[in-house]
Amino acid sequence: MSTKNKKLMIGNEAVSRGLYEGGVNVVSSYPGTPSTEITEFISKYDDVYSEWAPNEKVAMEVAFGASLAGKRSCCCMKHVGLNVAADPLFTLSYTGVTGGLVVCVADDPAMHSSQNEQDSRHYAVASKIPMLEPADSEEAYLFAKSAFKLSEEYDTPVLFRMCTRMAHSQSIVEIGQREDFKGYEYEKKPWKYIMTPGNAVKRHPFVEERTEKLIQLAENCEYNRVEIADTKLGIITAGTCYQYIKEVFGDSVSILKIGMINPLPVKLIKEFAEKVDRLVVVEELDPIIETHCNNIGVKVEGKSLFSKIGEFSQQTIREVLLNETADTVKTETEIPVRPPVMCSGCPHRGMYYTLAKNKITVLGDIGCYTLGSAPPLNALDSTLCMGASVSGLHGFNKASNNENKTVCVIGDSTFMHSGVTGLINIAYNMSNSTVIVLDNSITGMTGHQQNPTTGYNIKGDPAGKIDLEALCHSIGINRVRVVDPYNLKECDKVVKEELSADEPSVIISRRPCVLLKYVKHEKPLIVNEEKCRGCKMCLKLGCPSISFKGKKAVIDATQCVGCNVCSQLCPFGAIEREVQE
Amino acid sequence: MAVSLMIVGVGGQGSLLASKLLGNILTAEGYDVKVSEVHGMSQRGGSVVTYVKFDEKKVYSPIVTAGEADYIISFEKLEAARYVSFLKKGGKIIVNAQQIDPMPVIIGSAKYPDEILDELKNKGVFVDETDALSLAEKAGSSKAVNIVLMGRLAKYLNIKYDEWINAIENTVKPKFVELNKKAFELGYNYGK
Repeated sequence: MSTKNKKLMIGNEAVSRGLYEGGVNVVSSYPGTPSTEITEFISKYDDVYSEWAPNEKVAMEVAFGASLAGKRSCCCMKHVGLNVAADPLFTLSYTGVTGGLVVCVADDPAMHSSQNEQDSRHYAVASKIPMLEPADSEEAYLFAKSAFKLSEEYDTPVLFRMCTRMAHSQSIVEIGQREDFKGYEYEKKPWKYIMTPGNAVKRHPFVEERTEKLIQLAENCEYNRVEIADTKLGIITAGTCYQYIKEVFGDSVSILKIGMINPLPVKLIKEFAEKVDRLVVVEELDPIIETHCNNIGVKVEGKSLFSKIGEFSQQTIREVLLNETADTVKTETEIPVRPPVMCSGCPHRGMYYTLAKNKITVLGDIGCYTLGSAPPLNALDSTLCMGASVSGLHGFNKASNNENKTVCVIGDSTFMHSGVTGLINIAYNMSNSTVIVLDNSITGMTGHQQNPTTGYNIKGDPAGKIDLEALCHSIGINRVRVVDPYNLKECDKVVKEELSADEPSVIISRRPCVLLKYVKHEKPLIVNEEKCRGCKMCLKLGCPSISFKGKKAVIDATQCVGCNVCSQLCPFGAIEREVQE
Repeated sequence: MAVSLMIVGVGGQGSLLASKLLGNILTAEGYDVKVSEVHGMSQRGGSVVTYVKFDEKKVYSPIVTAGEADYIISFEKLEAARYVSFLKKGGKIIVNAQQIDPMPVIIGSAKYPDEILDELKNKGVFVDETDALSLAEKAGSSKAVNIVLMGRLAKYLNIKYDEWINAIENTVKPKFVELNKKAFELGYNYGK
């Protein structure tokens, strides 16, 4: 094999390459770990239109429109994003497609970077949409490349399931050429695309028939394969679990590897079951394959052996199926945990310090700023889902008399995603709420994606820029204030004033993320040892640059960006700018 | 059996570049390779781990589990100890002798175990300790700790020195090639 076209790719890059070669024309997504890089890699192709949408529902509807127009389209999101997009998803199942439409969804077993561990396969079952699930980058590439044809042939959107280990693991892919897909001519089809009850009642039978046809496909297709070896143990599995099984057993067990997770085959499973003495289903999270086996009368062991919680590994397989434990070195010393923290110079820190100092109840949201919940700031009281801080604050204030001591915090991207609708509710149903937008001019946590407030598009080119102040005013919020979170005195004043005001208000805490390339870092600060009395006030900020050595504070010059927030806190003026030599 | 490596450290220390370099060089050598890494900013300042596995035969699982790692390359002392249970009997730890206090230590709710590497050595663990931060600074940037440690790793892997230099040239941005070559060389020759 020539090595020229062989490349080590993370699963997400392989998906994007597959979609590209499969002829994708339009991609609209909202970033979310571990799905983000699919769209980032796609954005590097100039012959594909790609964008960051404000949220996953918008992204899926953009993909729908592109499919309606006859082009191949895709939207990508993390598992919880599919909740946001669930509304279009279920009816897209009825309308079907014109140009192929692929919905990539990335689950996060073990919650490396998520607020829950939901299993997206339930959506495939519930919406009656076929779902593919690859087991390594090569399969991710091949499956993605074939997904548009599957979509068009069966007149259905196709769900493409990734999980963290798949998405962020690299393996070797041999790439090919892009299909020259010109698109289909637009044709008005009201019976198919106008989902009034009269049309929808006719489409539902179509969906059921389609599922029957897809089951026939599942019985004999490139996605599902049987590897017959020793027949004492047979394993049905999918995704990365397949790799763990191969790692442990090599070619010594029989495997039915499922690549199309919905709908599942019937005959194929029954025939496989008959060949083996013991049949085990190995799947992370919920018993989807196991339930199907039970439904078709095939006796399997699954969740009686394996957990519904977290990620598996080859070690899990060894422990459960071979009763083997690893022989390891252990330390007697307790190793302190190292949780992720807000960066040195993070603009959120100043606002969080202000809120914590004033003992304010803070409804939080999803983003880097969720890290403000950790000690020593302990600044948050809740984190539910994207946008819930704003809507939740309204409910909290309607239910209690604590509106002068309660705020919410939400990032610029999250506010655009689904915070703005909550603010509309505050204005409409009139709660005296104080909303703080932590505007760091980027979507931070997923690794710096542009959003509607930044003025740039996915390719970094100038784009429309939503004016947050004007938007809040237009909704009917009269009090809109902008503060610099590096200025503690100003933060304190503005927060107190807006909390005591008799009407709703928005505080925009504005300063760009300190990791953005264009943000200039100041010289590191230093502690004047003679002035420092070891009061530890500076430690209340939870800045990773400041620690204590002996009885004095020290600042790590390799991390400090000179934001100067700590020096405003020091009662003895001991934190100084390094003197120019 | 596949050779298993773990790159561990503190989010932001540059483990992605190290795993990219390793991935490139091992692919060029003709091995089957799998790398599993941490993405996004979410792990900033947190404990991060990347797995790299390679073999002449097919590599299946992209991850390394307890007792499997042939090498743990740690960018920080405490992190070496955190993942020591992943080390295979007879495996090697290559560690940057830098101490970065985690937040619980900073705020005084936990203590940094100063003698942790000695404890590992006393247990018979092979520990290759390098002041990679000083060497990186000597090479021109504190950010080159990752490549200094790749230089240390190169002492133990059966890959020619020139292949590493080629891989550095093909992996890092042109303006950082010289710096990283220097960092690699300092790591490779450390203690000679």
